[in-house]
Amino acid sequence: MSALTRIQDQVRDAASKSEALRIVGGDSKRGLGREPVGNPVNVSDLAGVVEYQPTELMITVRAGTTISHLRDVLAEKGQMLASESPDYGSKATIGGALACNQSGPSRPWYGSIRDHVLGVRLVNGKAEHLRFGGQVMKNVAGYDVSRFQAGAMGTFGILTEVSIKVLPRPEASLTVRQEMDADQAIRAMNDIGMKPRPLTGACWYQGAMFLRLSGPKSVIETSAAALGGKRVDNDAEFWSGLREQTLPFFDGNQDLWRLSVRPNSPHVLSRGDWLIDWGGAQRWLAGEHDRDELDAIAAKSGGEVSHIRGGDRKSDLLPSLVGIKRELLIRMKQAFDPAGVFNPGRLYSWL
Amino acid sequence: MSAGSTRQAVDTAGLASMFREFIDDDYVVSKTESKRPFECDGLPVYKEMPRLVVMPGSTEQVRKVMRLCHEHRIPVVVRGAGTGLSGGALPHPDGVLLSLTRLSRIIEVDPHARLARVQPGVRNIEISEASDAHGLFYAPDPSSQIACSIGGNVAENAGGVHCLKYGLTVHNVLQMTIVTVTGEIMTVGNEGLDSAGPDLMALLIGSEGMLGVVTEITVKLLPKPSHCQVVLASFDAVEPAGDAVSAVIANGIIPAGFEMMDQNAVRAAEDYAHAGYDTDAAAILLCELDGTADEVQSGVDKVAGVFEQFGATSVRVSQDEAERQLFWKGRKSAFPAIGRISPDYYCMDGTIPRRMLSRVLRGISDLSSEFGLPVANVFHAGDGNMHPLILFDESKPGELEKTEAFGARILELCVEVGGCITGEHGVGVEKMRQMLVQFDADELAQLNAIKDACDPHGLLNPGKGVPTLKRCQEYRSL
Repeated sequence: MSALTRIQDQVRDAASKSEALRIVGGDSKRGLGREPVGNPVNVSDLAGVVEYQPTELMITVRAGTTISHLRDVLAEKGQMLASESPDYGSKATIGGALACNQSGPSRPWYGSIRDHVLGVRLVNGKAEHLRFGGQVMKNVAGYDVSRFQAGAMGTFGILTEVSIKVLPRPEASLTVRQEMDADQAIRAMNDIGMKPRPLTGACWYQGAMFLRLSGPKSVIETSAAALGGKRVDNDAEFWSGLREQTLPFFDGNQDLWRLSVRPNSPHVLSRGDWLIDWGGAQRWLAGEHDRDELDAIAAKSGGEVSHIRGGDRKSDLLPSLVGIKRELLIRMKQAFDPAGVFNPGRLYSWL
Repeated sequence: MSAGSTRQAVDTAGLASMFREFIDDDYVVSKTESKRPFECDGLPVYKEMPRLVVMPGSTEQVRKVMRLCHEHRIPVVVRGAGTGLSGGALPHPDGVLLSLTRLSRIIEVDPHARLARVQPGVRNIEISEASDAHGLFYAPDPSSQIACSIGGNVAENAGGVHCLKYGLTVHNVLQMTIVTVTGEIMTVGNEGLDSAGPDLMALLIGSEGMLGVVTEITVKLLPKPSHCQVVLASFDAVEPAGDAVSAVIANGIIPAGFEMMDQNAVRAAEDYAHAGYDTDAAAILLCELDGTADEVQSGVDKVAGVFEQFGATSVRVSQDEAERQLFWKGRKSAFPAIGRISPDYYCMDGTIPRRMLSRVLRGISDLSSEFGLPVANVFHAGDGNMHPLILFDESKPGELEKTEAFGARILELCVEVGGCITGEHGVGVEKMRQMLVQFDADELAQLNAIKDACDPHGLLNPGKGVPTLKRCQEYRSL
């Protein structure tokens, strides 16, 4: 029996009994979102490249394909997964990365995994195997069901196949580091963002701003000279530590919060333990904090806050939704998964 | 749940007076002659008179209009600048045409955060104009950018000639305010880059006014590249030109724009714009590189090398801004240029994997002989989006029908080679039948379920975008 048939059977069976299914790929993101419940439905054996056309800048892989395998396949042709999605020790899968919409340090310049997805196949709550989008960059036939899955954490279906736009790997990269406080870094990162520079990373960590430049060697050397600062040796290690969340900042079990805000919004809670990424648009905060206080800060900064690690994993961890938006998501859940089998409550207690 | 199922019959005069309670008389249009400009969009082969044209001046007024229409089960068709090419803004005969052109304010430009907050009636190019002084621009640039509105761009997920490098509308919008069919307001996205939870914003972008009404949009601005040059190459056959496109990409180059035109298009464009195109060429390529001076120089050298390697009969590089503009002028005026040589033309919008180009062009040429109608091809080579222009004469009986049948065959060919029926113009009323080629019955049922979740009574732009189950059965039985 093929992995796909097994998955469809499992969904059909669960739907007939209104039982919960917990979608598992590489099981690298078990801690994300609310506590998983239900019988596991395994997607990891649905793996491998379906089609790769380097000159189309497009690859189609089964959803259980690991990010690290995908990276290797692309590297052979001098290409890359531009979103720099984390691979969590070679466990993370492309399906999981898309479902959780996880992108790395290059996100503000190269785009997110959600940006690069061209099409998906998924099994909905009626065990139907459906295809949306496709393999081409421009496609406006039907609603954008593929990108709707980004961040949905499997709420609407089981991804079985993902087609994604890929980009050529830059010839070279380098990183410069300048010591400064968080306020200065936020200002500087936004100032630099206004200029056409080959930036592919901008973060503030432990009292210093790190800027990564990528492109033809001569181009990034010229840019680096204009920016100033000290060269960072072995910088690939630093950026992969940021991407994989293995920098010391992410160590331990203390609470972790993620704020998505207007990139130049002022630095707040200056005594807090912060790591500022994405040129100021994504800010990590470690330690115990009052949810309401953070919500208020995020709202003032044009954004939102999610409780990524720690706290009560049975409570709501994402920005709270009320009124019409909540209603709409509930109706959307009904539209995809009428028996409510997929990852119930993983995003919200009411979904 | 058809749009016609009226809860309580309300006559047009009664409806107009209800709108006039909160919208100035001038902006509730009921006279036939005043409604005339709204009877079609950029695809004038479809025409229909709405019951009323309503032009709200605020989100609050949009909300009230939607509430009233929902209460009385009146269909609503939202319209921006009316430049759409698939009949997406074709009015509904029993419905209200909701024109958003009065919502035309740029609310905020924050150059430091590189974003702009605008109302939907703002024209695409105005955003770049407003950010130009800060060295910033709004990237998606559909050919109609002088006229088309950002709200319409959102509805269609508009692209342009710079998509390959800078993405579509969906990649350049951060946040939107939406008025739902019931007249409630919600915000999707935020001023950061990502938001938690399912991506409702992505679902709404490109939904052709079928799921909600957008009343405010926050877009991303990008720093303007300091340098920009175009390589213009001629080829004596279409195949090597197509192969050269793939070879440029294979060399690790992402051009800012990459366009191809066939001989018919080149001749019409040259005659019109005098851009210096080689009218003996079977195809020409325009490849634009942008970035820092070093980046552009290295790109130009590589691209010119590839073109020569693939047998280009001439390769020219723009030497200054005026020449770059001139090279583009021909391409940008291709549509009006074709309009000059033919009484009418019909623009198709399929997308294909680039490597299928030769096969598809051969197929189109065969179909052209079969139907006896000439075609000029304009192709966004970088992203695979084709615009075959079928030349016809609407005044000849039966020729429009023949043209539509020809167009349908082209779209089927696009799907057959792994592409899709519409890259950027939308399904509208025009490509409803081809939705059955693109999607199977279960997929269409899923799309309809999404529609029902957002709009249970089917009031928003009924009869467009996604064929209902009933329509699918009708199409299949024909």
